[in-house]
Amino acid sequence: MKGFLVFVIMFGVRMALEAQTSVNGIVRDSKGHPVPGASISLKNTYDGATSDSSGHFHFTTTEKGEQVLSVSCIGYNPYELKIVIELIARNLPIALHEQLSELKAVTISAGSFAAGDSKRGAILSSLDVATTAGSNADITAALKTLPGAQQVGEQEGLFVRGGAGYEAKQYIDGTLVNNPYYTSVPDIAQRGRFSPFLFKGTVFSTGGYSALYGQALSSVVLLESIDLPEKSEVDASISPLLVGLGTQQLSKDKDFSWGINYNYTNVALYFAAVKQVPDYFHMPQYHTADANFRIKTKNGGMLKYYTTFNHNVLGLRRQDVDSLYLNDAFALTNTNWYNNLSWRELLGNGWKMNLGVSYSTNRDSIMQQVQNAANQPEVFSDSAFWMVFKNFGLTSRQDLTQFKAVFDKKLGGISSFRFGGEYWYAYNRQPFQQNNLDTVFKFSNNFSSLFAETDIFITNDLAAKLGLRYEYSSVIARSDLAPRVSLAYKTGTDAQISVAYGIFYQLPENSQLFYTSNLEFTKATHYIINYQKMSKDRIFRVEAYYKQYQDLVKTVPINYFYSTYNNSGSGYADGLEFFWRDKKTFKNFDYWISYSYLDTKRNYLNYTEQLMPSYATHHTASIVVKRFFTDLKVGVNATYSFATGRPYYNFRLDSANQYYLADQGITKDYQSLNLSAEYVPSIGKKNARTFVVLFASMTNALGYNPVFGYNYTYSGDPDLKQPITLPARRFYFIGCFLSWGVDRSQDAINNNL
Amino acid sequence: MQMKSSIFSFLVAFTLLNGQNIFAQSDKYAEAMQKNIALLDSAKTTQDFQSVSNSFERIGDAEKTQWLPYYYAGLALTRAGWSDKNLDKDANSTRAQALCDKAETIEKNAEICSVRNMAATQQMLVDPQGRWMSFGQQASSYLQDGLKLDPNNPRLYYLQGMSIFGTPEAYGGGKKNAKPLFEKALALYKTFQVKPLYPNWGEKLSEDMLAQCQ
Repeated sequence: MKGFLVFVIMFGVRMALEAQTSVNGIVRDSKGHPVPGASISLKNTYDGATSDSSGHFHFTTTEKGEQVLSVSCIGYNPYELKIVIELIARNLPIALHEQLSELKAVTISAGSFAAGDSKRGAILSSLDVATTAGSNADITAALKTLPGAQQVGEQEGLFVRGGAGYEAKQYIDGTLVNNPYYTSVPDIAQRGRFSPFLFKGTVFSTGGYSALYGQALSSVVLLESIDLPEKSEVDASISPLLVGLGTQQLSKDKDFSWGINYNYTNVALYFAAVKQVPDYFHMPQYHTADANFRIKTKNGGMLKYYTTFNHNVLGLRRQDVDSLYLNDAFALTNTNWYNNLSWRELLGNGWKMNLGVSYSTNRDSIMQQVQNAANQPEVFSDSAFWMVFKNFGLTSRQDLTQFKAVFDKKLGGISSFRFGGEYWYAYNRQPFQQNNLDTVFKFSNNFSSLFAETDIFITNDLAAKLGLRYEYSSVIARSDLAPRVSLAYKTGTDAQISVAYGIFYQLPENSQLFYTSNLEFTKATHYIINYQKMSKDRIFRVEAYYKQYQDLVKTVPINYFYSTYNNSGSGYADGLEFFWRDKKTFKNFDYWISYSYLDTKRNYLNYTEQLMPSYATHHTASIVVKRFFTDLKVGVNATYSFATGRPYYNFRLDSANQYYLADQGITKDYQSLNLSAEYVPSIGKKNARTFVVLFASMTNALGYNPVFGYNYTYSGDPDLKQPITLPARRFYFIGCFLSWGVDRSQDAINNNL
Repeated sequence: MQMKSSIFSFLVAFTLLNGQNIFAQSDKYAEAMQKNIALLDSAKTTQDFQSVSNSFERIGDAEKTQWLPYYYAGLALTRAGWSDKNLDKDANSTRAQALCDKAETIEKNAEICSVRNMAATQQMLVDPQGRWMSFGQQASSYLQDGLKLDPNNPRLYYLQGMSIFGTPEAYGGGKKNAKPLFEKALALYKTFQVKPLYPNWGEKLSEDMLAQCQ
């Protein structure tokens, strides 16, 4: 009986033990707003709940005593709380802290346009660069459709926010590219040397860029090369202008690849069909070969090597500005070899390393000669010294060796700290022959820099980037210290405001350093404010800036032939820019509009006072449209650019060898309509072994005759000035691009059918 | 004697109750899984899916050696991903992939690959033109991984069929190209051994899709 009683009591106790207790509470974030969808659980049990739309949760448990309540929710740091089921389990106040997340956090957008396929905040994709009408797969030409860049059509380079072309620099995988464009030809813009398809990401900074980079007063273009290719393939390109053949091989384990390409461009056929203003006595020909390998390291790092070799020749003749029967002949032979080795590695414990080595050598051989109607050289006496000046020959060699190391450490959350240094050795030599006199200009420069930068995320909505850069250049024996600061604040889901400030230094140009090393760094100070609203298919940006130029190089004339330089120049630029891109409003239709207002003046080189530089204009606008017709497999693209006229000047030397402004004016407005189309017949064909792209483009379709400026005669007579314009009104391109590759992604499925 | 008897009763009672408990432990797993699988099948709103996903994850965390709870937790999120147009697909899929990571620390199999495929596909669909090279390739490689682990898993063929069905005909997709995959999936469903608590979905869906392909 008693035994039975014990049994009953025991059972009762057991029942009591099994009794369910209620656990409830409310989940809030640090601002006190309820957090719905949080998962609440008693550790090591099945018991738990999910918070409702008001943050409340409730569940019952059979557990007893001390337990650990664990709370987790996407976007918040996990949270644990010790509770005692019988005592502390009701009306639990749970406070979650928002997780700092790269996906949600604000990005610093002041002054920079990111282009890339995976990059967040990207404005353009790599394909956009290639399919922007008028770019003809030239990166710089595509970037000119973005606000900040001027429509300068007679010389290469990016003229950004009142800055000259040489104030914008290009970096590949962290190291500077010494000669990013084909060697300049008077009054004819040259293309960039690098194809957009080499890169997975491009950042076009129109100011306020990171302390990791320097030596560019106005702008940097940061190019990030692709890692491993998607598949092995053989490529060929055929066009009346060029032929190319190449291959890219990817190892089976997808951890190693190599590639080799060769291109030959000869415009003889094209120039026979499309008349050019200059008379080409040597048809432009270009040989380009490149090779690469890429290795994925064990820890997920990447070792990449890329080399390209260019050799090109051209010779052209144009009427001499001072004479009706004489011509100026210009001949150029260029050889360029570029090498870039980069290694990025995860070192563990939040450390990352980026090492870069690059070597390039550029050799030019240039001859300029005044020729008579029989194409024979014309010799002048000293009484016509301005004509003597036009006969010269030069060979130039520019070598640059660079080492760069950057170490990056993740600090709790998504904040990070990075530091590093670089060392450049530049060797420049330029023997110059004129009037039977040989002069050898040369200098070498040891340049080093140290830099440190930190990204601090105070919350997901507020971030700061603080950087400092120290530079030393041996040729001028000067050092500088450049601080950079930017801040970004999120004002709404997709909207943010960023500001940036920075000081930027740049070494004077080689052509100036050949004459004197008694120079200082030129200097620019940037102030930028930017508002950006970016949703999936739409981007709106507005940016205002003020830029101050100090210590710009001024020409100090000694006589007609000879000048020296000092740093007494200065200037400023301010402006307002808009950008709007929309892929949503019209189906399958993508367009962007950019507008730049620029107000800039500078006194540099031979300018006599603060003047708007001849490459700048007040208003520049571009509209780019792209439409892909899926059924036809045809893409059609158009770009229309407009810019108001640019100032032009004629500075002349007076008898005291001082410059004076003899003539000036404003050119007519500039406009250009460019069209292109691509036909991709093999797109989406199952197991297509051959992938074909047919491409055609017409640049300046309206045949508008732009005037970029004027060349003056020695006499300076304004009526005799010659307009600088395009070598041909329109430029046409047709080409067929083929690739043979096996996409094995479907094989396993098909084998099992 | 009485004392003895009461001790005896005590021991009997204790053993009995504990014994009952031991059975209850494994039954509890099956019971909880069944209950939540039923909840998953009847879930409609994102909140339902997230809630049942959380429940599965709790079971997984408590059990430590079962991959199925994590699998279902991930599956529930991908269902939310299919049904809720306004859901943040990147966050949802990242979460689903994290659950698959947990499941794969216990066992690697084709079923988990199918959840991974759906998670990647949903991220691809956010911006098909911009993302097919990244998330599209990823989705495809999960199917490859799955087929290596189990070439006879019907769900993998159903998912491949869905991917082709959703691709425009001009790009190698369309009904005609998807049809053989749904047929293959249905043939495999006929012979597929269904184990209790194990995944058993897709047959009806494949039938419906095949009907749409006719």
